[in-house]
Amino acid sequence: MIPALSIEHLSKIYENGFEALKGISLTVQQGDFFALLGPNGAGKSTTIGIICSLVSKSGGQVSVFDIDIDKDFPAAKRHIGIVPQEFNFNQFEKPLDIVINQAGYYGLPQKTARQRAEHYLRELGLWDQRKVQSRMLSGGMKRRLMIARALVHEPRLLILDEPTAGVDIEMRRSMWEFLQQINHQGTTIILTTHYLEEAEALCRHIAIINHGEIVENTSMKSLLRQLRRETFVLDCVEDLPDRVTIDEFTARRVDCHTLEVDVEKGQHVNDVFAALDRQGIHISSMRNRANRLEEMFVKLVEGAS
Amino acid sequence: MNFREQYIAFKTIVRKEIARYLRIWTQTLLPSAITMSLYFVIFGTLIGSRIGNMGGFSYMEFVVPGLIMMAIVTNSYSNVVSSFFGSKFSHAVEELLVSPASNVVILMGYVVGGVSRGILVALVVTLVSLFFTRLNIHSYVIVVGVVLMTSTLFALAGFINAVYANSFDDISIIPTFVLTPLIYLGGVFYSMDLLPHFWANVSKLNPLVYVVNAFRYGVLGVSDVSLPVALAMITFFTVLAFAYCMYLLNSGKRLRQ
Repeated sequence: MIPALSIEHLSKIYENGFEALKGISLTVQQGDFFALLGPNGAGKSTTIGIICSLVSKSGGQVSVFDIDIDKDFPAAKRHIGIVPQEFNFNQFEKPLDIVINQAGYYGLPQKTARQRAEHYLRELGLWDQRKVQSRMLSGGMKRRLMIARALVHEPRLLILDEPTAGVDIEMRRSMWEFLQQINHQGTTIILTTHYLEEAEALCRHIAIINHGEIVENTSMKSLLRQLRRETFVLDCVEDLPDRVTIDEFTARRVDCHTLEVDVEKGQHVNDVFAALDRQGIHISSMRNRANRLEEMFVKLVEGAS
Repeated sequence: MNFREQYIAFKTIVRKEIARYLRIWTQTLLPSAITMSLYFVIFGTLIGSRIGNMGGFSYMEFVVPGLIMMAIVTNSYSNVVSSFFGSKFSHAVEELLVSPASNVVILMGYVVGGVSRGILVALVVTLVSLFFTRLNIHSYVIVVGVVLMTSTLFALAGFINAVYANSFDDISIIPTFVLTPLIYLGGVFYSMDLLPHFWANVSKLNPLVYVVNAFRYGVLGVSDVSLPVALAMITFFTVLAFAYCMYLLNSGKRLRQ
């Protein structure tokens, strides 16, 4: 199958001499939900900027659905929808006009543009705000407006650069659901985010970029398998004694009903339950304490530095 | 994108541009009507009655073509410079840059938006002028041709200004310090015959001289410079400005990183 995105030896040196990308190579398969992670200034936005033509590359090759951007960028652009990090629409225009105009820039007839604009504004909960000036929208609404605008020409590849930055939890969850829905319908999605739980929840593959180089490029599952230790938070039914000991595990009493237990690679959570059961302690619920991906991310980025 | 799709993209930009200046008509259309009315009253009626004839016409008849042209030049220029710089400043221009619309479509969309405002304001100013004098058009073909060429030229110039501007101050520097002096020295209010030989020759370096005189020829049938030379100069500057705009867009200079 033709990959949705193929990047080979991509490099970028800005006019001030800063080398933002040092010959990175990356492939994103069709239908994938792909996370591109990295600290600030790592090269994520530069990579995205090159793919959508806002940044000119210094070297290397980029192909979108097998269309080389050097040979036919307009054809490649038709397949790309971009949701940038910063709000980049005229704040005095109305959401409906913004989305319809974007459709026009892609050559969609007025009738189709109106139908699609209505569809995506409704899907993203913006239909009631379609005629207010965009500057009156909340931050979350503005982000959803940019998603509607990016989707109006129905791209096969949607690139989102930190789409949920500054968005409240409820709104973030609804955006996740929407993105998962369009991914299931066949749209390939590339996401950059600072919320690592977001990448963990949504993405099947992940690349970590640091100082303009790819330091990890694998499936989310295999990345998380590399974790050596996880910490679980256990909510207990009975009052806990002052000191709780579980053989071969490190356990910490947080309060009279909460216990933290470290589980090393090779150990089994069942053994924790069995040990606690023997002590007459029953568990009502359990969750991960730390974001597992965050732990891995810090390790990889620090390792590369 | 095929031709039809490019045409839709072009129409979208033009429609957006027209909607923009109509939405803020008190800032875009009204000021020219008021300013030109004042010019007609002060220079045409009050001072003009003491000046007498110029170029074989009453002073009011003489200044009307220049004042209409002044409105066209300033409006076509300022429409493109303010709109495109506003898009650049708010990053809304990225909507166009990431789309498959070609650079020539983007440029012509903005230019036609500026031309349409120039023509609309010219019609308003012409209607206002009819309260002060009668206009017997010498050649409609030349009038329409010069209006289209001139508004295109200054819309292109506005685009170049917008690309280079870094702040809103930068988009007012050229109109204030370059365009307005060139208009005033371009023979709007006087005939070149009044200037000493040396300054009359220096004035021929001013592109506005050709614009004003070509239009005056279309309206009154008189001109300080030869019509073919004037039309050739306007065409030359238009082609030059268009080529430079395309260079800026194709190279991505100051638009893409």
